[in-house]
Amino acid sequence: MTTKKKRELQVAALEKGTAIDHIPPQEVFKVAYLLELDKMESNAITIGNNFPSKKMGRKGMIKIADRFFKKDEISRIALVAPKVILNEIEDFEVIRKYPVSLPDELVGLVKCNNPKCITNNEPMPTRFDVIDKEKRTIRCRYCERKIQKEDIVIK
Amino acid sequence: MENKSIVSIEQCSREDILRILRHAARFEERPNRRLLEGKVAATLFFEPSTRTRLSFETAVNRLGGQVIGFQDASTTSSSKGETLKDTIRMVSNYADLIIIRHYLEGAARYASEVTHIPVINAGDGANQHPSQTLLDLYSIQKTQGKLTDLVITIVGDLKYGRTVHSLIAGSSHFRPTFRFVAPEELKMPDEQKHYCDKQNIPYTEHTEFTEEIINQTDILYMTRVQRERFTDTEEYERVKNVYILKKDMLRHSRDKLCILHPLPRVNEIAYDVDESPKAYFIQQARNGLFTRQAIICEVLGINHLI
Ligand SMILES: [Zn+2]
Repeated sequence: MTTKKKRELQVAALEKGTAIDHIPPQEVFKVAYLLELDKMESNAITIGNNFPSKKMGRKGMIKIADRFFKKDEISRIALVAPKVILNEIEDFEVIRKYPVSLPDELVGLVKCNNPKCITNNEPMPTRFDVIDKEKRTIRCRYCERKIQKEDIVIK
Repeated sequence: MENKSIVSIEQCSREDILRILRHAARFEERPNRRLLEGKVAATLFFEPSTRTRLSFETAVNRLGGQVIGFQDASTTSSSKGETLKDTIRMVSNYADLIIIRHYLEGAARYASEVTHIPVINAGDGANQHPSQTLLDLYSIQKTQGKLTDLVITIVGDLKYGRTVHSLIAGSSHFRPTFRFVAPEELKMPDEQKHYCDKQNIPYTEHTEFTEEIINQTDILYMTRVQRERFTDTEEYERVKNVYILKKDMLRHSRDKLCILHPLPRVNEIAYDVDESPKAYFIQQARNGLFTRQAIICEVLGINHLI
């Protein structure tokens, strides 16, 4: 790891845990919500925003101490922040780094836009199949309506 | 079939469709078979549809089964705020099979997820109505002697027409060629056109409904153009008579041309067409009975008895 990278990640130095980098500034709090960070009680969490970024102009960053995520826990954030980079850190070193991508299925996360959909009229979780991960197009398992990324409403 | 319920036409493979149509043909030869002796079918119609309900209930009766159910959700527990899940589970205590019609889209799929007995979707809002598509395919096969390599011309409301979109999906296994005839406001949505492109299904689009198109057609599938679908009433007035089939338009049509319509029709097929042997929409509805008998046996796993 280069010294420059190290400096960047040390905004609040993380000994062990997950650093989520390159979050679009307007999506930082949505990402925090999707990861249910508000329900985490024992982990130290640092949320930073509007850091200068060569790639994006400005960016947000979230660090969660002592916590690693399973793929299906983290992949949902690709709904709002598709270019996010995940850094897994141990002993202040990045041991794994990967971009997130959408899972094949989203359960209970997204609201169906169709008012006549059963999911909007019955106490039940929504289920969406991700039919295009690049374009972020999803389809309701029940009413079969497709939703484009700009129309996706998080529950 | 992945589970025993039939909620959408897309879940049916080519083999599933051919098997159901084969069995429907046997029921046409002999409709009265006591294959459902001692079995109870529940017809749950949260939205009234007399035509579909009579067809399904006749199918159960001719198979020797019993029918329970309701046809008006305002008199049932759902109007008292009971969830669909509770209603389905309650009915599952009594019946061997559920046939559901619902105004909400996705209701049939959800019903199939919360019960251990098979569910047949008899229409969920604007979404799916698989038995209609299967009876359309049965009618096509019966009149043409085959399902493959046919020119299917679909006329009218191609934008909102649920039966039209399902017909495209259901016939996609059989190398169709489509002609889509519709006014600008009601033309085939991109989603269905992309689907055809992906499946290498050739199609052409037309705004004029001409004899020339009819003359190159094997199956003429007419649908209703409804005033409510138009944002511009002037546009409706302009096109409302353009998509009406009249008898003289059939002069040079193919001998085996078959005119289908999901019914009820309003004015899109002139009454003088009824005299033509090519008018098939009343027999088409009758075919619904045999097709539904086959669908019921399919989901109950009693195909081997047919
Ligand atoms: Zn939906």
